[in-house]
Amino acid sequence: MTDTISPFVGGIVGTPRLRKEDPALLTGESRFIDDLQLPGALWIALVRSPYAHARIGAIDASAALAVDGVVAVYTGADLEGDWAGPLPCAWPVTDDMKNPAHLPLAVGKANFAGDGVAVVVATSRYAAADGVEGVVVDYEPLEAVVDVRDAASDRLVIHEDCGTNVAYDWELTPDPDGVAAAFENAVHHVTETYVHQRLIPAPMETRGVAVVPAPHNGDMTLYSSTQIPHVLKVMAALTLGVPEQKLRVVAPSVGGGFGCKLNVYAEELVCMTLANRHGVPVRWTETRTEAATATIQGRAQRQTIELAADADGKLTGVRATLLADMGAYLQLVAPGVPLLGAFLYHGLYDVPVYSFTCRSVFTNLTPTDAYRGAGRPEATYAIERAMDALAVAVGVGQDEIRSRNFIPTEKFPYDSPAGLIFDSGNYQPTLDRAKELMDWDGRRAEQAERRAAGSTMHLGLGISSYVEMCGLAPSRTLAALNYGAGGWESATVRILPTCKVQVVTGATPHGQGHETSWSMIVADQLGVDPDDVEVLHSDTAISPLGMDTYGSRSLSVGGTALWMATEKVIHKARAIAAHMLEANADDLDFAGGTFTVKGSPDKEVPLAAVAFGAFTAHDLPDGMEPNLEAQVTWDPGNFVFPFGTHIAVVEVDEETGAVELIDYAAVDDCGNQINPMIVEGQLHGGIVQGVAQALWEEAIYDADGQLRSANLADYLVPSAAECIDMKLDHTVTPSPTNPMGVKGVGEAGTIASTPAVMNAVVDALRPMGITDVRMPASPMTVRRAIEAAGGSS
Amino acid sequence: MIPAAVDYVRADSAEAAIAALVEHGDEAKLLAGGQSLVPLMRLRLATPTVLVDVGRATDLVGISVEGDTVSIGALTTHSTLEHSAELAAACPLLAHVASLVGDPAVRHRGTLGGSLAHADPASDLPAAVLALGGTLVVAGPGGTREVAATDFFTGFLESVLAVDEVLTEVRVPVSTGGWSYQKFNRRAQDWAIVGVVVAEGGAGVSLVNMASTPIRATAVEAALAGGASATDAAASAADGTEPPTDNQADGPYREHLARVLTARALTAAGI
Ligand SMILES: Cc1cc2nc3c(=O)[nH]c(=O)nc-3n(C[C@H](O)[C@H](O)[C@H](O)COP(=O)(O)OP(=O)(O)OC[C@H]3O[C@@H](n4cnc5c(N)ncnc54)[C@H](O)[C@@H]3O)c2cc1C
Repeated sequence: MTDTISPFVGGIVGTPRLRKEDPALLTGESRFIDDLQLPGALWIALVRSPYAHARIGAIDASAALAVDGVVAVYTGADLEGDWAGPLPCAWPVTDDMKNPAHLPLAVGKANFAGDGVAVVVATSRYAAADGVEGVVVDYEPLEAVVDVRDAASDRLVIHEDCGTNVAYDWELTPDPDGVAAAFENAVHHVTETYVHQRLIPAPMETRGVAVVPAPHNGDMTLYSSTQIPHVLKVMAALTLGVPEQKLRVVAPSVGGGFGCKLNVYAEELVCMTLANRHGVPVRWTETRTEAATATIQGRAQRQTIELAADADGKLTGVRATLLADMGAYLQLVAPGVPLLGAFLYHGLYDVPVYSFTCRSVFTNLTPTDAYRGAGRPEATYAIERAMDALAVAVGVGQDEIRSRNFIPTEKFPYDSPAGLIFDSGNYQPTLDRAKELMDWDGRRAEQAERRAAGSTMHLGLGISSYVEMCGLAPSRTLAALNYGAGGWESATVRILPTCKVQVVTGATPHGQGHETSWSMIVADQLGVDPDDVEVLHSDTAISPLGMDTYGSRSLSVGGTALWMATEKVIHKARAIAAHMLEANADDLDFAGGTFTVKGSPDKEVPLAAVAFGAFTAHDLPDGMEPNLEAQVTWDPGNFVFPFGTHIAVVEVDEETGAVELIDYAAVDDCGNQINPMIVEGQLHGGIVQGVAQALWEEAIYDADGQLRSANLADYLVPSAAECIDMKLDHTVTPSPTNPMGVKGVGEAGTIASTPAVMNAVVDALRPMGITDVRMPASPMTVRRAIEAAGGSS
Repeated sequence: MIPAAVDYVRADSAEAAIAALVEHGDEAKLLAGGQSLVPLMRLRLATPTVLVDVGRATDLVGISVEGDTVSIGALTTHSTLEHSAELAAACPLLAHVASLVGDPAVRHRGTLGGSLAHADPASDLPAAVLALGGTLVVAGPGGTREVAATDFFTGFLESVLAVDEVLTEVRVPVSTGGWSYQKFNRRAQDWAIVGVVVAEGGAGVSLVNMASTPIRATAVEAALAGGASATDAAASAADGTEPPTDNQADGPYREHLARVLTARALTAAGI
């Protein structure tokens, strides 16, 4: 494969452009679920288990039913017959994976604090909330399993019918003998254990659902604040047994997801079944507390990584083992999250042999699932932290250890030891440029000066070089991983009679700016103004085919489908233009929205005339269908592999333990860029989200499985005040996987930044003998580490 | 979360507010900026059945300096304190502390009186008024009384205010002696994990979040009065405190922070 250079010549792609989505968002014109006006709608509120683990005894709803406005109360047992199946898990990673029945409302036993046990239906949101207070549930509290190692011991089995807390074991060791030999012969053998705390995704808009039934013809519209209206339609049809052709799913404006809205949730199905039962619209808006307890959480892994290396620090083998916390049940793609990292624990380093094993267990905590990066941040964290440990063992700098191990550029496409083919890469320039942006040597000198002067304000420098696999995904690869769906994406391009353009995409945006980027792609190809391109999405009645947005897939998969559909339309327009110009189609040039005959520049016809001609159909070539429209479904041949290097500088206050991020440089390569402004925006947000894992965010549970950080005063999502200016730059190594040469960038920042910051924290403290700090590096945690190491009082 | 049903009345003066409180008894709660009360209501941790909204009681708003006393109406917002040139000149400590409360949205709604009446040991302004040796003016059906800040706070979220009383005014001495506020938190908008206020060259030192009420660091004050160095005085910052334990910090860490931050505050105040 050779590098693809950019196919874009229209001058629009590659230039920063303000997002066309923003005026409506900034003025409040955009309509989110809670803004929908649905006269006569009933509201629901869920009665949720306050216990992490409890048998559900008698449920007395009489006081609730006496509340003014309460219409009905249903228990899990009342609705059990409404489900054709349990909530879906679409990724049974092994054939013998344990998947306990997960009903929208629990029956018999509640398995995490927040598990729904009953639902109150009322005429207003307030009455429904009052009703919840009136439902008396007779719980028999049981001991809760909150720790993954405790869970793995099966001391206490949560789902009796599974007989174990282990959901599955999964291994990827292509060459076991080679791995054993590598570690036997290793000069340096580094073993590190890291813990990824649970994270709460916390999008600005919590979830919400509204279901509008048409009781007489059987139609049903499900409005949901979801990333996946298309997937949801299929899953909801299966789970409720409703005819799919009668179902329409709409995601209105969606205020962020970060993976937590890539799911099928109890409330969606409960609203649907109650809309059926009551024959009127039924709706629900999630509270922030529910968003913390009843929406999936992320990360929650314990990892051990071992590196084998020769005397020069050149890696000879990597072995990773994982203990992953699935929470109380298996959500939609949860079992596959560790697998999305499984191939990347050797990072962007050239390693001959590789081994990965994962055990995933149930606990009595909120279910986990995909959260920005899903598996790749965890993998990157492990290898990047361990590379620093190796650098120390070998006695070389953190930059040098990486340079010695980067996959050489000439090895691309690279056959990875885990069995992937890395499409393209050129890693060293990102490290060089990041060091330059950061003034690496200057910072190191400053660090040394402070140390020499006995300062208690320590500087720490941390590098994180990363590669990730995104653009989910080749359908056949997903099949090999036992995933229950494909990874294609669909797009339609339609040139209207007035030469305005409609684009229909199956990639469902929820903040990424698809409307802007998609318009730019099509406008560049067609030679029209991006403002003349309208992008339609997120409604299965308008966009019936789609696999939605997650895994940094929209551009490299959905965008490619769009690019191809536009090429198809141009192909047809060219034939019509040739007919109009009485020329051969092959003899036409198309640029700036005009077809010209090669060699006779005065013979030309604008696209507008072709579009109108295609509409009137008065004079089309024989046998040609009227109108200019094309649909393409594209199934990628490979993942795409963006990469880069980030460098963080922190200042650690030895006396208080406070860590402050004071400088940040990032050099990323996502191939060709469509809108550099959106790329920067994704990086800014992504980096902050990863820094948040390092420094602030943690779902804190006590020994009883109670969440102690269930609101935004206790769960520390950073605000703009915590953000610093970042020094961003990029290199461009086009992907040969798709014709636009693009790679995803939605998760890259999050993947790279967490280990950069933690490496910096440890770098600051290493002279004290500290080699690891648990995340998040809160002041008390850091101070405790300093005290344990005998630091100042 | 969704608050329980509540009745709402407006009282556009202190007098009207007292009348409303007398009428509704302990079912009623004054609503000032709502920045503490409304979150509690949404979590249903507070369930008053009547809200008496004093948000437009203009007689309770304003800053005036007369002689050596600064008088501030209870309804004056944090933002007004933060941006008042008069206050910056007469009592820069209080203006600075106000600028560190929560985020701009909170500061535009939250009020000095509300912050004091709420009596949260983690709040910034109560500790500042305490260190400054302030006086609180309280009006009730029986008339008006003055309470020294040192006598005002009686327990966690508790003060000497009776259910039918309104805090109308806060008085602090004009104070331009060396001062500092060391607020230690993890995000700009957060409450202090520990805070240390030094006022008037060390005459007043108070601690945020080191007990069930805001407290004076009396051991530090005494040590300073006895001529101790800043470092030596700071060593006693945790004496007599009963710091809480929460997600951010346990007692021993808070005690450590109190000592470190006191030393820093004294240094910053030029002591
Ligand atoms: C996100 C957020 C962050 C915050 N961060 C901080 C912080 O960092 N530091 C900090 O100190 N505070 C913080 N606060 C709290 C804020 O300072 C509040 O404004 C203040 O505590 C209460 O003032 P209020 O006017 O809003 O009072 P309200 O919430 O209206 O009332 C609080 C209580 O005081 C009573 N009350 C109010 N006014 C009077 C009066 N005149 N007389 C008698 N009783 C009265 C009310 O009945 C109620 O019980 C934060 C709040 C939020 C929402």
